[in-house]
Amino acid sequence: MSIELKNVTYTYMRGTAFERTALKDITLTLKENSLTAIAGHTGSGKSTLVQHLNGLLHPTSGVVTVDGTDIAGKSKEAVDARRKVGMVFQYPEHQLFEETVEKDVAFGPKNMGLSSDEVTRRVKNALGFVNIDYDNYKDRSPFQMSGGQMRRVAIAGVLAMEPKYLVLDEPTAGLDPRGRDELIAGIMRFHREHNMTIILVSHSMDDIALMADRVVFMHDGRVLLDAPPTEAFFAKDAIKEAGLNQPRTVTLLNKLKEHGLDVDVASFKVDDTVKRIMSAIKRRKSC
Amino acid sequence: MSFIEINDLSHVYHRGQADEIAALSHVSLKIDDGEFVAVLGANGSGKSTLAKHLNAILLPTGGSVVVDGMDTRDMAHLWDIRQEVGMVFQNPDNQIIAAVVEDDVAFGPENLGVPSDEIRKRVDDSLALVGMSDFARFAPHLLSGGQKQRIAIAGALAMHTRCLVLDEPTAMLDPVGRAEVLNAVRELHENEKITVIYITHFMEEAAAASRVVVMERGEVVVDDEPHGVFPCVEEMKKRGLDVPLASEVAWRLRKQGVKLPDNIISDDELVAAICR
Ligand SMILES: Nc1ncnc2c1ncn2[C@@H]1O[C@H](COP(=O)(O)OP(=O)(O)OP(=O)(O)O)[C@@H](O)[C@H]1O
Ligand SMILES: Nc1ncnc2c1ncn2[C@@H]1O[C@H](COP(=O)(O)OP(=O)(O)OP(=O)(O)O)[C@@H](O)[C@H]1O
Ligand SMILES: [Mg+2]
Ligand SMILES: [Mg+2]
Repeated sequence: MSIELKNVTYTYMRGTAFERTALKDITLTLKENSLTAIAGHTGSGKSTLVQHLNGLLHPTSGVVTVDGTDIAGKSKEAVDARRKVGMVFQYPEHQLFEETVEKDVAFGPKNMGLSSDEVTRRVKNALGFVNIDYDNYKDRSPFQMSGGQMRRVAIAGVLAMEPKYLVLDEPTAGLDPRGRDELIAGIMRFHREHNMTIILVSHSMDDIALMADRVVFMHDGRVLLDAPPTEAFFAKDAIKEAGLNQPRTVTLLNKLKEHGLDVDVASFKVDDTVKRIMSAIKRRKSC
Repeated sequence: MSFIEINDLSHVYHRGQADEIAALSHVSLKIDDGEFVAVLGANGSGKSTLAKHLNAILLPTGGSVVVDGMDTRDMAHLWDIRQEVGMVFQNPDNQIIAAVVEDDVAFGPENLGVPSDEIRKRVDDSLALVGMSDFARFAPHLLSGGQKQRIAIAGALAMHTRCLVLDEPTAMLDPVGRAEVLNAVRELHENEKITVIYITHFMEEAAAASRVVVMERGEVVVDDEPHGVFPCVEEMKKRGLDVPLASEVAWRLRKQGVKLPDNIISDDELVAAICR
């Protein structure tokens, strides 16, 4: 079971002055139970790519299948297949539309025909998950919240549908540091406990290091690199072309090494990084 | 008198209604000409609300905001205040108005009555600064998230205001783009002496400011220079915020007995201290 893109090309505004081919012959398999990160510079085609995964955009040429079903078209099979894929947009304002937070988060589960008890249970769960206090916020308008609060509500609305495939377009943008850490931990929990397959657009190599089992770098509508993170983090040219940085830990360790500290730079967590620096300092003292 | 004086400012949304929300409570701040102030704080702590008071998009429900001697409540000064304080909104969709990128960037200076050949120059320069020259004739609503953000920044730059308020201007940018934007703002600050108020969730960006203000539940709880703020690792984390990686690593190494200065906030400072 997987989402597959076969030779997908997408051209916006064909035949107009604004014509732009944003995806060029992309072939990619997103396997069930995997956590794939998609990274790349501004305008490289990430959002265009992920909008193909639930049929918001349809390829100009090529095919997208979800669990083997072509998701183009109006057949019941195609509609059901699209519904397996939940999507959190880059700008949450594009996703929110109900007049209260509660109604907004309940919209998806309600449409799935769940009982009202089950809908309420899911709404409470999902809001708790993103740390929005249900009693305080349920009657608030989602449009009269801060930027980070809106994003949390948008994420809750999609989680409440418990989709098999979850697509998140820069979900940590605009979240405060604690919110970011909690969301990352939460996504990982969903991924493990519900076997949810996750596709994540992110500019943060630090987040990718903590989460992904695979990284796809996009560049000018094409896949530039497709590799496990540990490999991708040391592909210097590709990182540069994709407008990214190495994880902060690697950058710091590299600088120490350049200045003569004998330290192993392949570390992505703060505590591990501290350990390595510590032992390098001790080694240095003893010689 | 400081360039911007915020005196006991409070802001209540939906005042007097059942769902009223106190977003700012008794905030007092003085910002001098030529400062670079980073504003940090958890989601919902009041950063954007504060920003919108600086060019009279919102008006105080208590206290006052005075910009260059002009009270924002005085409608007669509205125009003068907006000529001095430019603003980049958190969501570029709320800022972009015209149907063509270059018209959008020209909109601000046009409204200020800038002559047309000067406008042309400003538009070209601002688009170049944010790396969007190739998109001058494109339609802004058809741009990617990060591209829109760059256009919104170019629009504010083209106004040549004395003060720029930027509300999470780099949230949607890739790291290289983020560094470019921050550098462009810093150059304006250094060369043109522009006052900058920079809201961000990136601690490394805030470390580049000359002053850091931390908001919590509508109040200012910290106001200090970066070297005073970020070495307080536990305190910042307790507030739901973070510190630059170098500050955290230095703090942890010190706890394990390594002798290091107690005010490290950048990689370079940490490297210099360890590899003496
Ligand atoms: N509706 C549209 N019409 C025409 N061109 C578009 C449209 N949407 C996006 N584009 C163009 O397609 C390209 C890819 O855009 P996309 O939104 O996929 O980029 P992205 O990688 O998500 O960028 P970002 O990191 O800035 O969000 C860009 O050059 C953009 O200008
Ligand atoms: N238009 C509005 N109407 C009512 N309440 C609002 C409105 N805008 C913001 N608020 C509330 O005011 C408080 C402060 O919001 P503000 O947007 O200033 O936060 P912020 O610090 O900018 O947060 P973020 O980091 O998420 O952007 C929050 O509790 C928010 O829900
Ligand atoms: Mg995008
Ligand atoms: Mg805000």
